Amino acid sequence: MSFFSDLDQVFVLLQHWIAGLFPVWLQPVVATILGVIAIVAAFPGIFAVTTVLERKGLGRIQNRLGPNRVGPLGILQPVADGIKSLTKEDIVPLSADAVVHFLAPVVLVVAVFLGFAVLPIGRNMVLADLDGGLLFFFAIGASTELSIFMAGWSSRNKYSLLGAMRAVAQMISYEVPLLLSSVVVVMITGSLSTVKIVEAQGGFTGVLPHWYVFTPWGFAGFALFTVAALAETNRSPFDLPEGESELVAGYFTEYSGFKFALFFLGEYLGMFSIAGFAITLFLGGWGAPFSFLGFVPSWAWFFLKLLGAIAFFIWLRGTLPRLRQDQLMNFAWKFMLPMALLNLLVAGAWRFMGEGWLRWVIAIVILIGAYVLLGRTLMRKQKLGARSYRYAD
Amino acid sequence: MIGGLSIVFLMTALLTVAGTLAAALLRNLVHCALSLTVTFAGLALLYLQLDAQFAGFAQILVYIGAVAILVVFAILLTRGAGIPEYRSYGSNWFAGLAIAAAVFALLTWAVMKSFPATAAVASSPAATVQSIGAALMSTYVLPLEIVAILLTVALIGAVIVAMPEAKVSNSLTEKAGER
Amino acid sequence: MLGEGMLKGLAETAKNFAGSFVSKERMTTVEYPEERIAPIENTRDFPFLIYDGSDPMAGLRCVACQICEKECPPKCIYITKSADKKPDYVGKPQFYPTRFDIDISVCMSCQICVEVCPFEAIKMDAEFELSTTDRFGGLLLDRDQLSKSNEYYKTIHPTEAAEVDERLAEEKAKTEAKAKAAAVAAAAKAAAAAAALAPAREVPAKEPGA
Repeated sequence: MSFFSDLDQVFVLLQHWIAGLFPVWLQPVVATILGVIAIVAAFPGIFAVTTVLERKGLGRIQNRLGPNRVGPLGILQPVADGIKSLTKEDIVPLSADAVVHFLAPVVLVVAVFLGFAVLPIGRNMVLADLDGGLLFFFAIGASTELSIFMAGWSSRNKYSLLGAMRAVAQMISYEVPLLLSSVVVVMITGSLSTVKIVEAQGGFTGVLPHWYVFTPWGFAGFALFTVAALAETNRSPFDLPEGESELVAGYFTEYSGFKFALFFLGEYLGMFSIAGFAITLFLGGWGAPFSFLGFVPSWAWFFLKLLGAIAFFIWLRGTLPRLRQDQLMNFAWKFMLPMALLNLLVAGAWRFMGEGWLRWVIAIVILIGAYVLLGRTLMRKQKLGARSYRYAD
Repeated sequence: MIGGLSIVFLMTALLTVAGTLAAALLRNLVHCALSLTVTFAGLALLYLQLDAQFAGFAQILVYIGAVAILVVFAILLTRGAGIPEYRSYGSNWFAGLAIAAAVFALLTWAVMKSFPATAAVASSPAATVQSIGAALMSTYVLPLEIVAILLTVALIGAVIVAMPEAKVSNSLTEKAGER
Repeated sequence: MLGEGMLKGLAETAKNFAGSFVSKERMTTVEYPEERIAPIENTRDFPFLIYDGSDPMAGLRCVACQICEKECPPKCIYITKSADKKPDYVGKPQFYPTRFDIDISVCMSCQICVEVCPFEAIKMDAEFELSTTDRFGGLLLDRDQLSKSNEYYKTIHPTEAAEVDERLAEEKAKTEAKAKAAAVAAAAKAAAAAAALAPAREVPAKEPGA
């Protein structure tokens, strides 16, 4: 089995070999730079593939073919898109604040790339094993909101400003359930370090893994985290700030050419990093789903799970209609926040009740009961059904 | 090492001071707010250099992620953040300079007095998240609860101030709509 | 329950996605230019000139009356009348256009030129793949480019073409019948004249005395 463990660690071995070619005092720097190069090369590559997959997937969901002209089955479409965005004229409005207008996509992309530093992509394959890795990730994620505001404000365009304010309000509101639903994992694991969280999910009972998503509080936390992650990255059905039919293109409006491509890249990379985080926290990171599949390399599992998450996001995008701003905010503050707090309670009870079937029953009953009750209460206030208009009859 | 201070520290300090100066001296308010964000980032880097990981990341999360957004929203919703037509330096700048120098002297004296005689040996961070959490829950639980109540009061106050007052007209439009 | 509609929606889209690989008739995409949808008969794009038979010059129906040039709203037709005449489909000598240009970058496909033409000489074509890199010269079609045979017209607008052919054949038959009647009448007149001529030679011998 040495071949499989070598395959598992092939990137780490490669990194060590290349770093070994340099003098000793330079080796840590070189090793880190190699890791950075790997991240900067791999994830934009996945971004390119995702754009094609998304367009073709959405097309097939909508009973049409996606792009299929550039390259076989259209897989070279990102190359065409890249060439187009690079050769477009870069228009900066005359009254726009040039410095801030230029810096906004830069800040976004930098912040998003920083978030990849604490993601454990495989066994021993994390760029920075920080003690407070989770906190670092969320801190950097909070900085992306600033770049969106900068983009919207510097364009001197009321549609951009409206879109930016809506986007920032949405992101701030959904950060609270995002953080609370990930605190559950920290509570049970006892550490903020992403590496330790993945290792804590590494055991197997029989064939089944110890992933947190297979526990009641973990499932609820995963659902809450996913919904909040969709809202954080402005992804359908929470894409009101950038909906083309709503606000032209929201805070993107005054950007053209490469800056638009940078924003697009930043958004999708943010989606990948937060999906990767959801995988790390709840889906066992680079762990195999069944004990007998342990020979498949750890980084392969991570990317397979990431692909599954991306496919699910694309599926959601093709299915759900856009949420209105007030519906968004109500959902965040009135439904997700109480559920996240209740989840904390349930996880605490789980931790201190000890092993056995009792804690499963109690956790499931509390969570499902709360879900149904909250759902019923909130839906009662809605006046759904046929609308009556004041003057139209 | 230049004059006993590491190069990284000097660069971070330069960034922080530059951000602060820009925040005080720039004319465009939103530029000032963004320079303040740079200052916060510089402070976070300083915390990280002192091995206070939790403090550094919490600084980024709270100050850059929330306070900076708060500041820009406040500017946006109140002034309209254009270029101001008048100069923002008053005529009594000398008094301001004197007071700032006095405060700076006081702070420097306090910091210098509290320095230990021996240089601190760099060790593994004593302030791990676990120890901070344990301290918060045992020794410092009262300040924690007071801060929590304060924040809740602020939140409720903000909601009340921002809530629309038209409760009467709402019921009127409802009745008309049902007809 | 909350979330039920979402799950139903997800199932529906998953069915769509899977079905798109299995059954081809689900997909509404027409992969142009490999596949094309057949245009309906009333499709119209830009005008063209009709000629009967196989020789574009000899069979050209247009007699350069210039009515379409005058009626065209954006004035995109340019005609130069000839100095000599050539016989048309009934044999009558008519003028013909030495220059007949249509600027299709101006033409708005209103079909007025077709409606006013008394000679069924100009009809609407259905061809739309006319893009060219030459913005001015490439979009100015001259007489040779515009002349297409009646057989081509029958393929693109069969009903119309049948109608037009019927009408023209009728006209031709009427003209021929008239010509035949005129010939018969002329022959009769000639015979009558000849018959009148013969007794006229004998009568003068008798008439002057009585």
